[in-house]
Amino acid sequence: MNDFEFHSPSTLEEAFELLERYGDDARVMAGGTGVVLQMKQRLSQPGHVIGLRKVAGLSYIKPVAGNGAVEVGALVTHRTLENDPTVNQALPMVTATYRRVATPRIRSMATVGGGLVHGDPNEDPPPTLIALGATVVLTSASGRRDLPVEDLFIDFYETDVQPGEILTSITIPPQPAGSGWAYLKFLPRTADDYATVSVAAVVTPGEGGICGDVKIVLGAVGMTPVHATQAEDLLRGMALTQENIAACASAVKDVVDPLDDFRGSAGYKRDMAEVFTRRAIQQAIQQALENGQTV
Amino acid sequence: MNQQIRLTINGTEHELEIPARRLLVDCLRYDLGLTGTKEGCSVGVCGACTVLIDGEMAASCITLAVAVDGAQITTIEGIAQDGRLHPVQQAFIDHGGFQCGICTPGQVMAAKALLDENPSPTEDEIKAWMMGNLCRCTGYYGILNSVAAAAASQGEGTR
Repeated sequence: MNDFEFHSPSTLEEAFELLERYGDDARVMAGGTGVVLQMKQRLSQPGHVIGLRKVAGLSYIKPVAGNGAVEVGALVTHRTLENDPTVNQALPMVTATYRRVATPRIRSMATVGGGLVHGDPNEDPPPTLIALGATVVLTSASGRRDLPVEDLFIDFYETDVQPGEILTSITIPPQPAGSGWAYLKFLPRTADDYATVSVAAVVTPGEGGICGDVKIVLGAVGMTPVHATQAEDLLRGMALTQENIAACASAVKDVVDPLDDFRGSAGYKRDMAEVFTRRAIQQAIQQALENGQTV
Repeated sequence: MNQQIRLTINGTEHELEIPARRLLVDCLRYDLGLTGTKEGCSVGVCGACTVLIDGEMAASCITLAVAVDGAQITTIEGIAQDGRLHPVQQAFIDHGGFQCGICTPGQVMAAKALLDENPSPTEDEIKAWMMGNLCRCTGYYGILNSVAAAAASQGEGTR
């Protein structure tokens, strides 16, 4: 690892001043599970690291008054989020997804905000957060900017966070009424691995067996999470038959762009994207129907 | 660049002047001589370097020591009390929880963190939690039995 100076601001204002002073030579760090690894591998060699651990006021989880959404401070760890009863009650899909990340030890260290700005397309939370329409707040010395999680990711490890900005919170809307969901993670190697393919699906059945709405977002099959809107369009408003579901799932093969690596060839991942999308939709529909019956 | 930090390790306060790039595992082993904590994979995957930071499990191989300035750190050297091994340590001895031993300090610290949070885990909960601690001797059943036995012995102790 290169030599650098570590800064430990206690307020966001101090952090913004440091970002202003050191510009491109500074790197913001939260839990460190991403930044420290990149520095150990010399992929990142900042002269200044700005640790946020002592910045007050960024570790909270609170319901947003009136609309059922939940706001999560950027420094909340994955473990804290997955164990939070408010989140589990309102957003079981979020709880289930965060529990699939790496190991309990990494989840104790890694923060919700840090995970997003890491911009790794293999991560678990982004597909689920995009499927639910979550937004982030990017704060800078000059104000705040709200951005859909969907628009956060630009390329491998590259996000829309601008110089001087820090991701300070994320707001997750409630799961749609009457919907069912699934987050499927294909893990042919080990339980703590990144997915070979992951799929987040939210399906809201309408009247008469019609698909009222559907969201399908895939992870680990492109340089960013892939929101398969073309595939969604093939199912939305259509009867929820096995034929229509299969046609929808098949369409994701045209929008994913996986890499060959030790988790599988690009062709294999493309095929698995279809298989796991189909299963995710089926599971989400099944869950929506079961929930409907218990109400 | 050297920076001053203060760490409370196993209840003892230490003032240290270390380079910002010093990893916590190296700080423990080389600056403080606490060689119980092992380094395995160096990328936060294998669990050998597990310590507790303010009570939470952490991989000391991907933790900058300067980043945890002011924290309470617990290592394998700090869990025996008054000359008595921690129930998890005793259970690993009694139930064959280790073979070569390199992963053991991390296994014990992970198991302690589990039992601190969930004193009577199910077998599935133990497996899900300990999944992040690799044993290249593949002595996983001995580890599983040890953690279960430690949970049971702690339960007896509190009754």
